[in-house]
Amino acid sequence: MAKIRELAGIKKKCLAKILGMYKKANAGHIGASLSCLDILIYLFFHKIKSADKFILSKGHAALGLYVVLGESGRMDKAALDTFYKDGTFLAAHPPCNGVIKDIPFGTGSLGHGLSLAVGIAFSTRFSKAKFKVYCVLSDGDCNEGSTWEAALFAAQHKLDNLVVIIDKNNLQGFGKTRDVVNLDPMGKKWEAFNFDVATALDGNDFAAIDKAFNELAVKRSRRPKCIIANTIKGSGVSYMANKMEWHYLPMSDEQYKKALKENGLQDA
Amino acid sequence: MRKEFSLAIKKIAIARPEVLFLTGDLGFMALEDVRKALGKRFINAGVSEQNMVTMAAGLASQGHTVICYSIAPFAVFRPAEQIRLDVCLHNMDVKIVGNGGGYGYGIMGATHHAIEDIAVLSSYQNMRCYIPFCNEDVEAGVAAAMKRKGPAYLRLGYGVKPASFQMPAYEVAGLIASGDKLTIACMGPVALNAFKALEVLKQKDIADLFVIREVPLPELPEKFLDSVKKTKKLLVIEEHVARGGLGEHLSLFLMKKGIGCTMIHRHALGYPGGLYGSQSYHQKVCGLDSEALAITIKELA
Repeated sequence: MAKIRELAGIKKKCLAKILGMYKKANAGHIGASLSCLDILIYLFFHKIKSADKFILSKGHAALGLYVVLGESGRMDKAALDTFYKDGTFLAAHPPCNGVIKDIPFGTGSLGHGLSLAVGIAFSTRFSKAKFKVYCVLSDGDCNEGSTWEAALFAAQHKLDNLVVIIDKNNLQGFGKTRDVVNLDPMGKKWEAFNFDVATALDGNDFAAIDKAFNELAVKRSRRPKCIIANTIKGSGVSYMANKMEWHYLPMSDEQYKKALKENGLQDA
Repeated sequence: MRKEFSLAIKKIAIARPEVLFLTGDLGFMALEDVRKALGKRFINAGVSEQNMVTMAAGLASQGHTVICYSIAPFAVFRPAEQIRLDVCLHNMDVKIVGNGGGYGYGIMGATHHAIEDIAVLSSYQNMRCYIPFCNEDVEAGVAAAMKRKGPAYLRLGYGVKPASFQMPAYEVAGLIASGDKLTIACMGPVALNAFKALEVLKQKDIADLFVIREVPLPELPEKFLDSVKKTKKLLVIEEHVARGGLGEHLSLFLMKKGIGCTMIHRHALGYPGGLYGSQSYHQKVCGLDSEALAITIKELA
């Protein structure tokens, strides 16, 4: 387990890899991966134990997950070179074939992840296994009715081994969340669904994420947990930050150079 | 078939501790015994079929065999994407059980019917649909669906076996009447209407009558292929729309084998005139009742 202060160095490595791979693939979804990159690094380098499970409900941030799994030794790093190429199992969304142990389910259609996580968390009632299930959701995920079906079930069955992290960047597919379907007050919604809720005021800051996890830890209730992580889509790259279009756009050569320069990185 | 299903699944679930039973808040006067027998392994997931199915996939990934029960339209169409992605693409051991396939829920109306379910589910990867044709056929159908590891759909209906025939052993194409002039292939309890039609005609020996119990068709026995070669006339009967149903599955299968025949198709027509009624009413409207089938068979034989 890395210490919180060590995560910044790890992030630099991951960020360089992510930007390089998106550039090489000429692919979009960059903003989505950068939005939750800090959460993924925090989880896989600091929080998740070997028996724990993880579901990325916002499957469009797959590259962020691939790189974090690769850098943390949970996935063959060489496979990253196949990203986006014909015949790869690393498509734009996570694979459905179970080839990567830490990706038990492929996702990409929003609103599935929480139900998957709930099913896995609920299985411990029968197996008596001890593990936690972490699930990262997007704003778009919270538009889907099935997410709230899953939340109701999780609370009804007191799935205290379930930890939901909302990557709340306030943007979704074709607009600002508040203009499309306002999800605020997000925390109160999850509280009303009988979750223990904590907020990471800056979901792109490891210390703030850690603080929110610690807040939940001291509650010691039998409720499922939810962290509202206030993030920025495209975090870390000035021209991407808070811009919906960086859900879709690939980087030009100039934009790629700028993204590297802003972060003190070299072309990987 | 709900009673027979309950008895069969209870027996299997008691013997197999990894089996979990989820219901989408349905099962009154049918699943009480299953609930009692399974205790905590029986879970009412609430009226949330999408969550039920995806959660079942999550549970299956941890080693469980999971049954998801509802009435056929709610079990299939509401969570269609969840079945496609989380169950079928991941090849999870989840069994979707839909009661009242076809027009089974009669006067309840179109929202409660499932006449396109086989078309949808049989196109999904790794999915196998099991369609018992009478109450006495349910136990073997449940056993087959539970034995095969992977996604399955069990389409339950209503059908009392007449005393006059022996149950054929469980196989994909079971022969329930033999004859020379016509081959009949039926899916589900509507086979009993065809059987009755042959009885009414008092000419049981004019047709080979097969019940097809699994779709997509894995392989069909020689006796079915020989029958079609012999009669060169195939009457397909199903309480399902023409698109994606047994008729299309059989056409493709026979063409691939190079077996030519004339096919006559009697199938669900939807709701001509926008009118509703009992299951028998809808069967009559579609020419699936025994009287209409007797006329069809007589013309063909």
